[in-house]
Amino acid sequence: MSDVVEKTLTALPALLALDSQPGAGKLSSTSRLRHLIRSITELTSKHEEEKLIKKELAAIKDQVSSPNTTMRQMRELMVRAMYCEMLGYEADFVYIHAIKLAQQGTVLEKRVGYLAVSLFLNENHELLLLLVNTVLKDLQSTNLIEVCMALTVVSQIFPKDMIPAILPLVEEKLSHPKEIIRRKAVLALYKFYLIAPNQVQHIHGKFRKALCDKDPGVMMSSLHIYLQMIKENPASYKDLTGSFVTILRQVVGGKLPLDFNYHSVPAPWLQIQLLRILSLLGREDQSMSELMYDVLDESLRRAEMNHNITYAILYECVKAIYTIHPKAELLEKAARCIGNFVLSPKINLKYLGLKALTYVVQHDANLALQHQMTIIECLDHSDLIIKRETLELLFRITNAQNVTIIVEKMLGFLRLCNDDYTIIDLVGKVAELAEKYAPDNEWFIQTMNVVFSLGGDLMQPDLPSNFLRLFADGSESEEQDRQLKLYAVDSYLAVLKGDCSHLPQRFLQVISWVLGEYSCLKEDVDQQEVIRLLKKLLEQRGVSSETRSWALSALTKLCKGPGYAELALELAESLSSSLDTVLRQQAHELCLLSQDSQLHARVLPHPAPSDNLEVDSSLSFLDGFVSDALAAGAAPYKPPHQRQEELSQQRALSLEPYGLSLPVTMSSCTLTDRQSPTFLSMSSDLSGNSTELSHRTGANTLMLEGVKRVWGKDGYIPQKEPSLTPAAVDEPSDVVQSPDQQGAAETSLPEPEPEPPQLDQEKQQLASSLFVGLGSQNSMSLLGKTEVAVPRFRRKARQHESASTSGTSESSSNSSHSSRSTTDSFLYGGLLEEEPATPIQNSYHTLKPTIANGSHDARQHSQMVSSTSENEGAATVSAKEDKQANSSQILGSDMVIVRPSKLAEESIVSQRNCSKSLPVAFPHSSDSMVLQLPSELQELPHSDVVSLTSDPHLSVSCCRVFREDALLLVLLLFNPTETALRDVAVELSCEELETASLRGNVMECLEGRKSSVCRYTLLMERPHTQVAFTGSVSYQTQPGHTHILPFSGKLSTADFIRPLMLNTEEYGKLWLSISNDVKQNLKLLTGGGDPLRATLNALKDSLQLHIVDIIGSEGIVACHLLRGGPCLMHCRVHGASLAVWLRSPLPSLPDCLLYHCQRALQEH
Amino acid sequence: MIKAILIFNNHGKPRLIRFYQYFAEDMQQQIIRETFHLVSKRDDNVCNFLEGGSLIGGSDYKLIYRHYATLYFVFCVDSSESELGILDLIQVSVIIVNVCFHVQVFVETLDKCFENVCELDLIFHMDKVHYILQEVVMGGMVLETNMNEIVAQVELQNRMEKSEGGLSAAPARAVSAVKNMNLPEIPRNINIGDINIKVPSLSPF
Repeated sequence: MSDVVEKTLTALPALLALDSQPGAGKLSSTSRLRHLIRSITELTSKHEEEKLIKKELAAIKDQVSSPNTTMRQMRELMVRAMYCEMLGYEADFVYIHAIKLAQQGTVLEKRVGYLAVSLFLNENHELLLLLVNTVLKDLQSTNLIEVCMALTVVSQIFPKDMIPAILPLVEEKLSHPKEIIRRKAVLALYKFYLIAPNQVQHIHGKFRKALCDKDPGVMMSSLHIYLQMIKENPASYKDLTGSFVTILRQVVGGKLPLDFNYHSVPAPWLQIQLLRILSLLGREDQSMSELMYDVLDESLRRAEMNHNITYAILYECVKAIYTIHPKAELLEKAARCIGNFVLSPKINLKYLGLKALTYVVQHDANLALQHQMTIIECLDHSDLIIKRETLELLFRITNAQNVTIIVEKMLGFLRLCNDDYTIIDLVGKVAELAEKYAPDNEWFIQTMNVVFSLGGDLMQPDLPSNFLRLFADGSESEEQDRQLKLYAVDSYLAVLKGDCSHLPQRFLQVISWVLGEYSCLKEDVDQQEVIRLLKKLLEQRGVSSETRSWALSALTKLCKGPGYAELALELAESLSSSLDTVLRQQAHELCLLSQDSQLHARVLPHPAPSDNLEVDSSLSFLDGFVSDALAAGAAPYKPPHQRQEELSQQRALSLEPYGLSLPVTMSSCTLTDRQSPTFLSMSSDLSGNSTELSHRTGANTLMLEGVKRVWGKDGYIPQKEPSLTPAAVDEPSDVVQSPDQQGAAETSLPEPEPEPPQLDQEKQQLASSLFVGLGSQNSMSLLGKTEVAVPRFRRKARQHESASTSGTSESSSNSSHSSRSTTDSFLYGGLLEEEPATPIQNSYHTLKPTIANGSHDARQHSQMVSSTSENEGAATVSAKEDKQANSSQILGSDMVIVRPSKLAEESIVSQRNCSKSLPVAFPHSSDSMVLQLPSELQELPHSDVVSLTSDPHLSVSCCRVFREDALLLVLLLFNPTETALRDVAVELSCEELETASLRGNVMECLEGRKSSVCRYTLLMERPHTQVAFTGSVSYQTQPGHTHILPFSGKLSTADFIRPLMLNTEEYGKLWLSISNDVKQNLKLLTGGGDPLRATLNALKDSLQLHIVDIIGSEGIVACHLLRGGPCLMHCRVHGASLAVWLRSPLPSLPDCLLYHCQRALQEH
Repeated sequence: MIKAILIFNNHGKPRLIRFYQYFAEDMQQQIIRETFHLVSKRDDNVCNFLEGGSLIGGSDYKLIYRHYATLYFVFCVDSSESELGILDLIQVSVIIVNVCFHVQVFVETLDKCFENVCELDLIFHMDKVHYILQEVVMGGMVLETNMNEIVAQVELQNRMEKSEGGLSAAPARAVSAVKNMNLPEIPRNINIGDINIKVPSLSPF
């Protein structure tokens, strides 16, 4: 029947499609979908389903491309396609039609179209660009529903770089009369904030307006944004605490319309959100916390109803109370509340109760003690999730006294568990506990054996490597160390003697390594026996080639002296035909080494040296080679992404704004070119960055060819061989029980099978053993658990430079024996990870080559001018002069000498708002006016002097001097009193910046009414929009009477931006060599003259940029971050805005710069 | 943030899938399968929260689910969502779906009788359920929890759909102009067709 209708419809011309017949159309469409669904439900096999869907998709494909298909049919087809996609069959041919439907249809079609688009496409899909115009149109529609749909789709998927296009329209919607539109607009903006925070920087004020919206729904949506922003930076929103408290108080007090009630609880979700925000604001902040005590108390009191949702509120309340600055009364109530959760018969509440306990137990271990019986019950709960949560809780309260029993419980759970994620997690925890609290060697080794057998090949690779590291480093006591090793050897020999075919590969590898290293410590064991076992392992079926390689290298270590030559020969023979090249090579090495015992001793010294290997991660030993190659005309190295970029540049030359003024290919850039050093340094800078970023991994792969392979597919991929798992579960108990030292744990923990009457007693017993050491007398120490926990295996402090006698040869042997690195990679991997990052140079003298080059360049350009400034003396000053001259040469305008300190002032203001660490007095009085920069600094561009902090004895002000090579932070100390201050010492720190003190940070005496100057140079390597610095001044008014005056302030990226002197040609080359780019529209300044020139000059004035050239409606600008890297801007006038395109090797620099550009233009 | 909403039946057949974070198609199917695997082996008397799968977001993500007669409603969320809050949000969504499909007039007190969901509604009106969900969760954020408000929004859209029946021939502009008019409530036919599955009304608790 439906087919008939279908045919009729398609046969009829468009007229009919427009005309009535709605009934027929509807029937056809619904029945088609229904037909499809029904036939799918009837199918029995996946294969049949596949066939059917294929047919269906073919039919859909036919119809969508037919010109006769009406919009209404299209709608139905789209739903069918959605259905197929949901089942996992790709229907990519309809994507474009979905977009078309959203574009051209009426509201109903649009709705389907938008839904289909948001289900089918992802944010990076290229077709999405086609949607931008539709969204734009719909956002401007007068039809509410269309606007709603557009906002919805925008918040689901929207291409990041198209946000500027629709941002103004969405912003506009914030003041729409309809609440639903405002609400959706707020969420859409939140989405923008998540994917591109810098683009919505300027509308923070509007968020505040949304927070104050008269519609509670709009306010509620704005809380999403605030929760996120406060999570990122609680300090800047402290001033809103009062508002949030007021809102919550009103909500709790039932001031909202009844509509918002849910099970007669007023707006529960809103309450939850607010409580979370408050807990973030109150964390570690007493004054803020005090504001919220009352309302938290009220929330606790009001939430008495016995419904799920009230518990949700209670839970958030409790968490908030334990997060903020503590108040005894509230804590008590919260603790009672947790009790209600834990004791609740409802399992969901029990779960949350356990979670809350886990969270709280660090603050108050006694709470766990109170609920110990409940915890014991939960430990045997039938729900694995509850059990797991309980173990998590126990993990937090573990100490040296209860470790055996807790670990036993955890291992018991592990044996039953078959969820990969849980296994990985728990295995890690057990290993951590075992290492920290192990009561003795035997227990430790046994536990680790179980860990390895259970965790198998799933566990984190650093776990076995840490374990081996422990052996290699040794502990502080020689004798204990020996004992541990001996015991390990013993236990592993026992394991190997048994059936080890089912043991995880990682375990076997650990065993091989330990036996190879330490079996010789044991005198009473025949080496032949060890060798026999290892050989057996080597030949065993089902052992991976990595493990073989580990075993073989253990054998190599053991086969010392001529006695083993025969064995070595035999092994070499049997392995020479192996397909695995590593094994073949190792066998060959074994053969050679066993014949030459001197060589053996050199290559494999005993004991293995435990000091770090020096790894040259920068590959400096290749420098000579590289420079030779470059001299011989080789092209400089470019990282892959750059190469890619250049390739695409070449192909799509027309899109490139500077394409015409440039040589067509990059390769034409030769070394003889005067500019190439700049370029070279750029590219090396790039690669330098990348190595630094991926320092660890890079070093790893470089050093150890084999690592990848060892931890490659076999290592990570969970091997779910059914025969393997059950056996693995059985085995460990054997291992554990074979020796007898497990007794203690066993007796106190009988198997959970006995009958009920005994049960209670057992639980009591269990409780006493679990919660031992948690008593009140101990609770103090529990608060600082880490301090109490004296790890059993205290590692030796590693000496980086220690020239351990035997160690010297190791590095060379390592490079010559690549195969060794494979097998020992556990160890070396560990070593590498602990290698410190390349030391950061602290001297400010080292300039980036680019900068040096730039200024050098500038000097060439303006020799005449610089000759006049010779008498200036200081090199930096003259460079500065050069630059000024240079820029004036190009633009005919000069540099700003004094930059207003807007930013600094603002930061001070914001500090004052949230001042808790700072003393309140801000003497904007004569004191700060008195302070003057030293005359030699007056010449340089600098900011105003701003007061940072003060106390009765001392006031501290700061001034930023924009030196060519660094930001000079000048701290001016002024003593307003008549008495002299002694031993004045200034300390300054900032995590993100490189700081170096120049002079003046320690003074013996600061006379009354005198000031002193202290200078710091600051450099920024990674761009941050704002960085905070903190510091303190300590001084003595009387001997032995030390005062400390803390201060803090903020610096912005703008302070670290310096002009980058380039000419157009250099600019073009640099532009092509950089691949990170960001595009955005900026406001264009109007008001007199050429708007482009005016805007660029304004930017130049407020951020120190260098305007390279202005041609017509385009301008190019260059700057660099001190010690960071260059950033190039290309601006083009585009209607009433300035389209800016930024490129920089530092990924976040363009964003930061854009942010400051926006601010600078706003202030204009 | 809500990362995904998955609805499947007792046999693991997906009924409605909505991801708020991008995953490749095969990954999505894998997530559905694994989630079903995790959820289906749990009894009805255990807790409604699951933690730590490796697929969506590692340790940060939780599965919060409800099991109705034939359907599982699973929300994958990160740590910024409240467990119990989401659990009730599922309930709210289900009630709203029911209200929108089976009752024309707003219900003042949304009673227990709407706490169950009919699988057929989902099967045959997948798109409509999507629209309803869009009013509750937008781009992974909870947009609205006020039931009356959500129902009003959905009704607004339904009305325009109903109006279309008689106006399909009119040009697009006319339709969009008309649909803002206040049309009288037309009783809707709930045609379930010839498949009749009676859903027993079980308490979700």
